[in-house]
Amino acid sequence: MSTVLESSALIESFKTRAEAVSAKVEHVATKQEALDLIVRLLQQEGVEDKPHCGAVWAACPMLGAADKDKLAASVPGLTFDVTRDLAADAKVGISQMEWALANTGTLVQCADAVDTRLVSTLPLLHIAVISTRAMLPDLPAVLTRVDPLKSAYLSFITGPSRTADIERVLTIGVHGPERLIIVLVDDLEVAA
Amino acid sequence: MKDEFRQSILDALSNPNLTGALGNFSVAYRAGRAKAYEGVDFEALRTEIASIKSSASSHFDELAAQFKRAAEARGTKVFCTSDPKAVRDYILRLAQERGVKSIVKSKSMATEEIHLNKHLEKAGIDVQETDLGEWIIQLAGQTPSHMVMPAIHMTKEEVATVFSNKVEDGQKPDIPKLVKFARGKLRPMFLNADMGISGANIAVAETGSIVIMTNEGNARLVTTLPRIHVALVGYEKLIEHFKDIAPIVTALPKSATAQLLTSYLSVISGPTPNTDGTPKELHIILMDNRRNEMSHDPRFKEALQCIRCASCLNVCPVFRLVGGHVFGKVYTGGIGTILTAWFDALKASDEIQSLCIQCGNCRDVCPGKIDIPELILELRRRLAVEQGQPLIQKAIFSVVNNRRLFHTMMRAAYIGQAPFAKDGFIRHLPMFLSDMTANRSLPTIAAEPFRDRIKKIKQPKCAEKAAFFGGCLVDFAYPEMGESVVKVLNKAGIEVIFPEGQTCCGAPARYSGAYEVAAQNGADNIDALLAEDVKYVVSACPTCTVALKQDFIANLEAVGRTAELPAARKLAEKVVDFSTLAEQLVQQGRLKFKPGIETSKFTYHDSCHFKRTLRADQTPRKLMKQAGYELVEMDECDMCCGMGGSYTLKLPEISAPILERKLSNVEKAGAPLLLIDCPGCVMQIRGGLDKRGSKIKVEHTAQRLAESLE
Repeated sequence: MSTVLESSALIESFKTRAEAVSAKVEHVATKQEALDLIVRLLQQEGVEDKPHCGAVWAACPMLGAADKDKLAASVPGLTFDVTRDLAADAKVGISQMEWALANTGTLVQCADAVDTRLVSTLPLLHIAVISTRAMLPDLPAVLTRVDPLKSAYLSFITGPSRTADIERVLTIGVHGPERLIIVLVDDLEVAA
Repeated sequence: MKDEFRQSILDALSNPNLTGALGNFSVAYRAGRAKAYEGVDFEALRTEIASIKSSASSHFDELAAQFKRAAEARGTKVFCTSDPKAVRDYILRLAQERGVKSIVKSKSMATEEIHLNKHLEKAGIDVQETDLGEWIIQLAGQTPSHMVMPAIHMTKEEVATVFSNKVEDGQKPDIPKLVKFARGKLRPMFLNADMGISGANIAVAETGSIVIMTNEGNARLVTTLPRIHVALVGYEKLIEHFKDIAPIVTALPKSATAQLLTSYLSVISGPTPNTDGTPKELHIILMDNRRNEMSHDPRFKEALQCIRCASCLNVCPVFRLVGGHVFGKVYTGGIGTILTAWFDALKASDEIQSLCIQCGNCRDVCPGKIDIPELILELRRRLAVEQGQPLIQKAIFSVVNNRRLFHTMMRAAYIGQAPFAKDGFIRHLPMFLSDMTANRSLPTIAAEPFRDRIKKIKQPKCAEKAAFFGGCLVDFAYPEMGESVVKVLNKAGIEVIFPEGQTCCGAPARYSGAYEVAAQNGADNIDALLAEDVKYVVSACPTCTVALKQDFIANLEAVGRTAELPAARKLAEKVVDFSTLAEQLVQQGRLKFKPGIETSKFTYHDSCHFKRTLRADQTPRKLMKQAGYELVEMDECDMCCGMGGSYTLKLPEISAPILERKLSNVEKAGAPLLLIDCPGCVMQIRGGLDKRGSKIKVEHTAQRLAESLE
């Protein structure tokens, strides 16, 4: 019971912190609900099979058993074969993250595979999926779990890209995404 | 001071965009930083960081070798060098061998330090800065004015003009549009670049990892899209353990921009595949450039604990007026002054070190726990040794060091000032002294110094005695403050003596780098103050108190007069500032507040040494509240008033606007009474309020307290 309480407190804190840095947080129970939500989001965003309107989804555990053909069929313009050109042209990028940090609203990813970085840097909207079971309290907690010898590129993402370089005025969306939607999923296996 | 330097200060001060932007930022930063650190034990955190970094700087060469082994085992190429030229050549050769035509860069102060861009551009390679601020100043042909916010000195109008002139006509001063424009223009450059160059915030020796933090996401693109990635890392970024990333990453964004974490943080521990499937070529250059030498300097080793957050700039009362360019072309502000002295040359810091007013704000917020003001004094000392004292200063100190002559001159000054004095203020002084009275009236030299007045006070004979250290201001300008001290202590059954042999506390000499003079001042005072057996040595001037309690020891140590240290320590134990002693006496029930006295609201100004060295800032507030006064805090109550001892004489152009801001905050508080524990601040602020024709009364805490006790 106490772990459930603790984990719900972590999720609450994560949500508050992530929203404080302009991320949008959705919370669903199952993987199927997450897939449905993402399809809906892509349709709402006007993803279609036209220049500058595509979506790129980087390989990830949640796609393992999913019917990618069906997903692609429901959203024309969505592709799972991420290339540099497709990512640069895409409107939306989707990826799954390994951990979340409750006290800063941060997502953490082992991003050795370049497609995971392409989809989270080049498009204007990044949708990040994360299991609520992967919620950790803070940075020290994740540093004991990651092994830099196994992942050569670790990415920490906290909200969308931002700058205050002109007159100290906060402006969201510079070189990276200008929007970040985080989809929290309860029933999603955690990567080993 | 060279005219050129003075002119650069005047130019900065007369730039309303600069002072406006920095002034507003400093207010927002203060609140934002406090919020970011909510719930964090800052002292514990910075102690941990200082220990991690200090241990690393004791073993730079070993850590660099360990880093090289770990990183090369993963396929990274590591080049360690002490020579900036070797860095430039390495990168240029690599670029030429690999047919690199264009380079994108994320922000790196180390590349600024070695002027890398110029070197590469001269060889015909296109180099693009991609951090928005860096890109703006690159287009404008300027240098960064701030380590974290390089273009903070420019307005949106100026940015729009730069974009229109250098990139594409017709840009409007609309910030979101300017940002979008930069995104659109830089995106193809990222995609087409052959090489990415980055810096790093941390380099971990045991794993060969580098940590890069950005908000814009440009470092992720720089390290992902081009086929070659080169990271230039100064030795001071090395730490031993991977887990030690946590405290640095926890502090850096909070101190730098008041964020809990930057939007992006990348930990790169080896090459990853490129987008075409080929392995990325990853080069990490570890650059010494005098860091090792610095680590062997017993005083300056501490400066290597810097994590480059620039909070010392953000809280500096001088930086927010003059901005970064007055400091030079690369590293700016407090820590920048020290880094310039090392990475460039001691001589290069000659003028900029004088900008430090020694308020101590930066010491309080430094996440690397670096005593920046003290290190700047050390620069001053070394410059004075290397170049000698300026002639005028030498003349002044020879007077200060000659007690009799000094006192005779002060008396002569009293007679000489007669034509200019009115109501206890000098409002106009002739010619060369006119700068001193431009923004505040100076107090007149008292007709009878405190050393003479105290002889006329009828004191009760008490078993307990305190020696009073007057200091120049109480003795010669404000003897009434001394009288109040005597009055209060007498009420508690303490008799006050004034050892005649006391002389200048040595602070003016110390703060000018003249340590020999300061040490001699200290030695004379130690003799005088220890001559009679007293329980306390009390002063009503925080600068004098700090001198007696700490600096005498430090000055004697600095000049190798170790035989006198036991006496200096003996004196230090007896020294106490007036308010702290008064509070102890209240607690012991030896002082009682008068009931039913007429009280008012009051506001309190924190004097730099009183708050940040003696840490006694709450004591007078508590005392006066107990006396029945109502405290109304002013904005920025602990910001320097611009006095800074002789600073007001050396840099009146800077001192004056600092005072103006203080005066406005005092007036805004709306209390009829301002209390201060430092006669120097009283002189500065009372004089400033007098010039404004304000009715606010300015008193030393001792004066008001003396009227509030039974």
